[in-house]
Amino acid sequence: MSSSSAIPTPGASVKEAANTPGGRLNRAVGEPAWVRRLLIGLAILSLAVILLVPLAAVFHQAFHKGFAGYWAAITAPDTLSAIRLTLIACAIAVPLNVVFGVAAAWCITKFDFPGKNFLITLIDLPFSISPVISGLVFVLLFGAQGFIGPYLIEHDIRILFAVPAIVLATVFVTFPFVARELIPVMQAQGTEEETASITLGASGWQTFWRITLPNIKWGLLYGVVLCNARAMGEFGAVSVVSGHIRGETNTLPLHVEILYNEYDFTGAFAVASLLAFLAVVTLIAKKILERGIRAQLAEVNASKGAE
Amino acid sequence: MAFQFKKHSVLPGFGLTFGYTIFYLSLIVLIPVAALFVKSASLSAADFWATVTAPRVLASFRISFGGAFIAAFVNVFVGLLIAWVLARYEFKGKSVVDALVDLPFALPTAVAGIALTTVFSVNGWLGAPLDRLGIKVAYTPLGIIIAMMFISLPFLVRTVQPVLEDLEKELEEASATLGATRWQTFRRVILPVLAPSLFTGFALGFARALGEYGSIVFIAGNMPMKTEITPLLIITKLEQYQYAEATAIAAVTLMISFVLLFLINYVQWRQRRRYSL
Repeated sequence: MSSSSAIPTPGASVKEAANTPGGRLNRAVGEPAWVRRLLIGLAILSLAVILLVPLAAVFHQAFHKGFAGYWAAITAPDTLSAIRLTLIACAIAVPLNVVFGVAAAWCITKFDFPGKNFLITLIDLPFSISPVISGLVFVLLFGAQGFIGPYLIEHDIRILFAVPAIVLATVFVTFPFVARELIPVMQAQGTEEETASITLGASGWQTFWRITLPNIKWGLLYGVVLCNARAMGEFGAVSVVSGHIRGETNTLPLHVEILYNEYDFTGAFAVASLLAFLAVVTLIAKKILERGIRAQLAEVNASKGAE
Repeated sequence: MAFQFKKHSVLPGFGLTFGYTIFYLSLIVLIPVAALFVKSASLSAADFWATVTAPRVLASFRISFGGAFIAAFVNVFVGLLIAWVLARYEFKGKSVVDALVDLPFALPTAVAGIALTTVFSVNGWLGAPLDRLGIKVAYTPLGIIIAMMFISLPFLVRTVQPVLEDLEKELEEASATLGATRWQTFRRVILPVLAPSLFTGFALGFARALGEYGSIVFIAGNMPMKTEITPLLIITKLEQYQYAEATAIAAVTLMISFVLLFLINYVQWRQRRRYSL
């Protein structure tokens, strides 16, 4: 399609648009109602097929043999121990990455130093590493043929195929979440408030607890929610380092796999429904927190504009 | 002090936070990843080459790269459509739809895997009607592509959507007042601005699909040479205690991920320089 021949008398349409401010122009930069409806319909249809139907299938499969079977699967000892291990892994991984995230965001957003962008790229690194490889690196470190494996065996320290490796793999895959949510928020807020607090004589910690933390609470919570969702749901990395010992080194997602591979579909989907429920809660929390972050940033922008 | 690493600031805590960041980053990420490269360097070049060019390994690369490419490519269109609708139109339930886009980020991959398998198996909700049309999804390469589409869709939507939202209406108005049709405006004004974010979304989605394991293994069928993805092959090698081979395959995959990451960063950096003057 050649552009020059397809453009109908430019002058005329400019005049028309000028004659009817708003109406005609709006129509010119929007789509006709039927196109709009078609696009909305197609978008919802594709989302439904790709995302919603699988989600609905989880709950349908979990309950289609009645509530008794569901309850039995959820309260089976192996399931309970998987829940316990998943909670332990989260309870260690999330706080570790919160402390790191805050420290990293503080040094990246409050100071200027060379190599900052490179540092941010390195922090994001675990996102671009396959979960399977994330697990593999710990096998190479702690395995019997690994770098410090022989030392560990000699001293009877169990890391691989035990809880420590599961925690480490979880920390690794959730490593960037808090930092990468905090960095843009803290960058937008700048350093004026902290500088004022320090020059007025407050200590660093006082400034952090009373000025910075209240300012970043939504962004921090947002990072925690995402970090937690991934920590509870991680499969590939944990699968490689876990050893799959039932009742001992099985997390919830690994337990789903075991039940599924044993053709216990009701059990597998019952346990999966717990994780799917968590995902839905995460999505809702995410929405609410996004609103909080936007409001807080708008506040910052307003106060900056007022100066 | 002749050389000053960081610019002067009245704020305290640089030493502590920078030091801790580097320490923790090295401990959790850099040293373990370095271990992988050191280990793969222990193979001779000939062995390394023989390992990563074995027929089964090459087949897995073909399946993983081919599948990830097709999935991310299809998602460029699906993602653009969804991003467009979310950024431009108002409709009932929009916030629910918007939240749903992130489902693949929030839903554990194993759960997604068994759900997709059930939905697309021959007697599943979508698998049954497709089967009557003669299309088999579960346990075929098509199943792998579907799972990869599931996992990579949010990357497309979430990189394109903010750019669409920030797009200045004036550009489109100028184009319209100059007599361009809506379609011309879309192709010649909007699409060029979107192109970098479409590429970024494609690359992010592609990279994610390439490394993805949990949501694919259940639906893939996992037949060597036919439906065996590279991450699964790495796990298979590990389970057979072929650590060196697993490491070599992983090193190749990782290098490709890093190249992609570099490309994405480069495109985003150029985009920022062009548009945020």
